[in-house]
Amino acid sequence: MLSIENLRATVAGKDILNGLSLQVKAGEVHAIMGPNGSGKSTLGHVLAGRPGYEVTAGSVAFNGVDLLAMETEERAREGLFLAFQYPVEIPGVSNMEFLKAAVDAVRAQRGEPPVDSVAFLKQARAVCEQVSLDQSFLRRGVNEGFSGGEKKRNELMQMLLLEPRLAILDETDSGLDIDALQVVADGVNHLRDPERAIVLVTHYQRLLNHIEPDFVHVLAGGRIVKSGDKSLALELEAKGYGWLEEEVA
Amino acid sequence: MAQESLDHLIRTEYAAGFTTDIESDTLPPGLDEEVVAFISSKKNEPDWLRAWRLEAYRGWRQMTEPAWAQVGYPQIDFDAVSYYSSPKAMADRPQSLDEVDPELLATYEKLGIPLHEQEALAGVAVDAVFDSVSVATTFRHKLAEAGVIFCPISEAVQTHPELVRKYLGSVVPPRDNFYAALNSAVFSDGSFVYIPKGVRCPMELSTYFRINEAKTGQFERTLIIADEGSYVSYLEGCTAPMRDENQLHAAVVELVALDNAQIKYSTVQNWYPGDAEGRGGIYNFVTKRGVAHTNAHISWTQVETGSAVTWKYPSVILRGDNSIGEFYSVALTNNFQQADTGTKMIHIGNNTRSTIISKGISAGRSSNAYRGLVRMSPRSSGSRNYTQCDSLLIGDRCAAHTFPYIESRNPSAVVEHEATTSKVSDDQLYLCQQRGIDTEKAVSMIVNGFCKEVFKELPMEFAVEAGKLLEVSLEGSVG
Repeated sequence: MLSIENLRATVAGKDILNGLSLQVKAGEVHAIMGPNGSGKSTLGHVLAGRPGYEVTAGSVAFNGVDLLAMETEERAREGLFLAFQYPVEIPGVSNMEFLKAAVDAVRAQRGEPPVDSVAFLKQARAVCEQVSLDQSFLRRGVNEGFSGGEKKRNELMQMLLLEPRLAILDETDSGLDIDALQVVADGVNHLRDPERAIVLVTHYQRLLNHIEPDFVHVLAGGRIVKSGDKSLALELEAKGYGWLEEEVA
Repeated sequence: MAQESLDHLIRTEYAAGFTTDIESDTLPPGLDEEVVAFISSKKNEPDWLRAWRLEAYRGWRQMTEPAWAQVGYPQIDFDAVSYYSSPKAMADRPQSLDEVDPELLATYEKLGIPLHEQEALAGVAVDAVFDSVSVATTFRHKLAEAGVIFCPISEAVQTHPELVRKYLGSVVPPRDNFYAALNSAVFSDGSFVYIPKGVRCPMELSTYFRINEAKTGQFERTLIIADEGSYVSYLEGCTAPMRDENQLHAAVVELVALDNAQIKYSTVQNWYPGDAEGRGGIYNFVTKRGVAHTNAHISWTQVETGSAVTWKYPSVILRGDNSIGEFYSVALTNNFQQADTGTKMIHIGNNTRSTIISKGISAGRSSNAYRGLVRMSPRSSGSRNYTQCDSLLIGDRCAAHTFPYIESRNPSAVVEHEATTSKVSDDQLYLCQQRGIDTEKAVSMIVNGFCKEVFKELPMEFAVEAGKLLEVSLEGSVG
């Protein structure tokens, strides 16, 4: 589904990704771990097409298509979803309006008509409940005045409604209490599907107690320096990242 | 203008008869007492009104153009303006939409304006288009049954002179300000509304003001009187852009809400703002004011997206005890547009209340200023004002200014002012794009969200149009 070859990228003139390669197949869950500043978040934004994130070398194929040649919104419409680490507020634009605009944009790409408002409201209410948000959040402005945990759940709600083909979660677990973490994990597990791939960017092993990854990768210095199965995450938890950096150097 | 030719003109026009003459006749440019007298004669006005106009003219001659607004434009040569024009001859107009600027038609298309209205707006030779002279309004019969008078003010001068004489200039005196004085001297036409005691006007009254003739100053005069315990909602303007070159527009609107009456006045203004380089566009210098008597309620709601220069402060004088004044405004400027707009709330009665919600949106290289005065006079006790003034910037070459003036001379008065400035951020746009929403749709959603508090004050169908209008006005503002 996702094939990253030797990807290099700069942000504000600074090299962040330095020849990163990664293969993700449909149905798989990958966890990407690594120390601060290793390029974890940058990877998500480069894939999503954030303005200002410049790719200088390498290629990314998404379902066989050149992802890097697509506009940001096209990538989203093709089913790439990024759950933000720090979702911004859009005051005055109701969550419901925002969700519907997003879902309709994706549907338009597939040649489908806009979703029926009544049916969609029903669906949105159900998802709201699934992520333990009060129904009133549908009427409130996008992330407007939400707490950190509420913002993360709101990201999750968008993901569940958009049903992406590739979901990238950028440290969605950070700053969450144990109940909220469980909600996020349940949401992600709910989305696990043979047709869908999930990439979890995380600092901590604890999320992986709830979501069992197929692969764990360690990112350091803008490259993947070690890959393994879930046992690698436990090893990192016990030993930290220092030994890997030494090993690489 | 030579006295002789003017006299000749007056005489011949008189002979031809004013009301039946639909062919265009436009005065040569320039303004003096004879021109004022000509306009008055042309309209067959009574002596008192002619004297009133002349008095205003003499006042205007002694005044200078105000320079305090946050706008800049080339000096207006008031002697290059023509002060009277009745509808243009059919032969001089475009004969069909094929002859109209395709760019204008494209905009009509985006706004979803029906074909026959497009013709009307573009000034195609169809019967219903006039400028300066008001069109006879529909529904008059139904209104008459309720005792409501809704007619061109020139007609009201003839049919209800006592009402016009009593209230004309009672809210905005002829020498109130430079533009109001000019308007008082040469006003062309406009609407007159009278709602009798205790009557709730059975429909929303609406008028489309249209400027069609190039280089003709437009001087609308509107007078609305809501007698005791009555109610009226009045809609002015339309969402479609008006074709035009630089044009001076100086309207005066006076509202009188007698005891226990309510007037709701909504405006959508989308006159030609000039092109993307800032050429052309209408200069809009408007004086709008209402007087609220005991327990009366006046609200102004405006959506301003047009004009090259806007200078406009719809105000309320809260004269009676317990009266209420409200001002809800969305002013959007793009490209090189300049707007200096706001309101004045003058609290005189006791326990009066006013609310000001102003939303300014600047894009392109435009400049958008809010200017508002809240005055609590010494004898007004227990009065309150709440002001909320928000600015939204799109891009980094535009400007937003806020000039709140607060004069509180009564210790029991409560005046609250809140102001914010925000920007449509790259991060917000990125979030939208990452969810599949393109930039233009995203900006339009964000701007509409920003304006929500004002839009909800508009009549339903107007609110929908206004949202659409903002979207079209902002096209291309984010690169």
